[in-house]
Amino acid sequence: MSILVDENTSVLVQGITGNEGTFHTRQMVEYGTKVVAGVTPGKGGQSLDGIPIFNTVKEAVQETRANASAIFVPPPFAADAIMEAAEAGLQVVVCLTEGIPTLDMIAVRQYLRGKNTKLIGPNTPGIISPGKCKIGVMAGYIHREGKVGIASRSGTLTYEVVDQLSRLGIGQSTCVGIGGDPIIGLSFVDILQLFEEDPGTDAVIIIGEIGGRAEEEAAQYFRQQMTKPVVAFIAGITAPPGRRMGHAGAIISGGVGSAQEKIKALEEAGIVVVKSPAEVGRTMARVLRRQR
Amino acid sequence: MKVHEYQAKELFKQYGIPIPRARVAKTPQEAAKAAQDIGTSPVVLKAQIHAGGRGKGGGIKVIHDPRDVEAAASKLLGNKLVTPQTGPEGKPVGALLIEEGLDVQGEIYVGIVIDRSRACPVVLASAEGGMEIEKVAAENPEKVFTEVVDPGVGLRPFQANRIVFSLNIDPSLARKASGIILNLYRLFTEKDCSLAEINPLVVTEGKLIALDAKLNFDDNALYRHPDISSLRDTSQEDPLEVEASQHRLNYIKLKGNVGCMVNGAGLAMATMDLIKLVGAQPANFLDVGGGATVDMIKHGLRILLSDPEVKVIFINIFGGILRCDTLARGVAEAAKELEINLPMVIRLEGTNVELGRQILADSGLRFTVAEGMGDAAQKVADLVNQL
Repeated sequence: MSILVDENTSVLVQGITGNEGTFHTRQMVEYGTKVVAGVTPGKGGQSLDGIPIFNTVKEAVQETRANASAIFVPPPFAADAIMEAAEAGLQVVVCLTEGIPTLDMIAVRQYLRGKNTKLIGPNTPGIISPGKCKIGVMAGYIHREGKVGIASRSGTLTYEVVDQLSRLGIGQSTCVGIGGDPIIGLSFVDILQLFEEDPGTDAVIIIGEIGGRAEEEAAQYFRQQMTKPVVAFIAGITAPPGRRMGHAGAIISGGVGSAQEKIKALEEAGIVVVKSPAEVGRTMARVLRRQR
Repeated sequence: MKVHEYQAKELFKQYGIPIPRARVAKTPQEAAKAAQDIGTSPVVLKAQIHAGGRGKGGGIKVIHDPRDVEAAASKLLGNKLVTPQTGPEGKPVGALLIEEGLDVQGEIYVGIVIDRSRACPVVLASAEGGMEIEKVAAENPEKVFTEVVDPGVGLRPFQANRIVFSLNIDPSLARKASGIILNLYRLFTEKDCSLAEINPLVVTEGKLIALDAKLNFDDNALYRHPDISSLRDTSQEDPLEVEASQHRLNYIKLKGNVGCMVNGAGLAMATMDLIKLVGAQPANFLDVGGGATVDMIKHGLRILLSDPEVKVIFINIFGGILRCDTLARGVAEAAKELEINLPMVIRLEGTNVELGRQILADSGLRFTVAEGMGDAAQKVADLVNQL
């Protein structure tokens, strides 16, 4: 089992004819992902390796029954691409684009209210349910099928943790990069909830970093609602203070956002926090042994 | 991106937010002339730097005798100003804002910022503005009024009124005050700010005036605001960081002696954490990003090495989009040009790792290969201990 994407996921790629879009479409197909359509306005009727290309998402969905989207559209047009995917009723939208203006993402979040679309990202490496479906840019071969779920704000740090797990023989149910931007779609809490309900997930790893309140909210959710064990790593304990956002930033966060604050909140909730990024895999192995 | 107070005030003016009478001066003579033109006693000299805490750092001078302006200005201009927010190295003062002295009867705080959890802008306001606003917010949070904005319709006039009436302003100023708040919100959204702050908004002789101004802009949105991009003052940034950004590299100089090059911000931060955990000190944060080219790797290594404190190099790459062979080619080419004599630990993993290792082995470069992050950090620590 897995969350959000599996062998029944049919993917359409927005921005399929761009360099990134084309390269990663081929990588996803090679991994075994069912890519059923591409969308590039003005290139409808063409195809890429036999994958039909459409002018609009709506048309692509009608013709191919795609139920998820991967967005490789440049930043100025990416917010619009997310809205188009949501309007067409796609259940899972993964936005890989980095550099979308914050106010554009606020408009997107506003637009998604009341719709069933689950947005992953933006500025994410994507999502993978090993052996079933990969929507993203991560190297597929480091993953293996299994029962540990991962939710992360980082890209390469996630590969690092996945690699540690796989080398220890611990597979993953689903790995979700929630995205590194201030305004994103699904949060740590949303992903934890899905893992808690997924019978194919036994334990979860959270990879957080400094800034924002996402880890504090995850800690609160864990304390109140979660039965499965969670291991966490927070990057940035040595990051220099400063680079602050003026008074308003300090006021709105109420002092939270530092690695120390996050680690404290997670530990108080009963989550195992790993101090060394080289020890995440081994720590999860210990947690799983204890569980049995 | 940050801008100077005088640049922020220029934008305030465009948006109908009242500001003091003022001139910008870049030489002591210009400062004296500006003070003369303004003609009030006192005048206020304000050092223009990209950091707060200027009052506490001696960057704000109230001058009563116009003959003293030139001398006071020459003490600030061309020198570095250290404030509680600049770090010990300070920031260079290239310009002064010379302002009319005002008789301040009350200091209000108004700020607009993005609330990440709610995904919307929020307006914050307090009747106890000024230098101690953060203390007020920490110790008496009930004294900071918060108004959450529905981004679909923007800040509504009734909300601006509600903020104003929370501040106990003289009723005759209420309409003006809510106008200022609405204009600040318009500026915030039209120019893609990440922070817009008036601290303090002062009450003086029956008027409201923005005595200080702070605007930060969303870097991701600068492409649609060439007028804002042109306000960038790179003298306020670390020269190595500026150079790095020109090559699309994310570099932050730190105090240690282990120069690191990593792909991805999260892994780069985690690498720094690990270096510290084994008892060494990172010299920098350098994220070469996901799509780095051979050229970017070369520039990254050169920038990292131009910090004379660096004694050991640590390259930690988990190839995904950035393939290990690209990284290896960049390192090999940089080594040819730069004559690297420092000990180097390289940890490579991920896409095309075998090819990358081969290229490095054939390059004639001397380096230590590490297996995994833990092993790599230990090898770095051993090298540091041998120094």
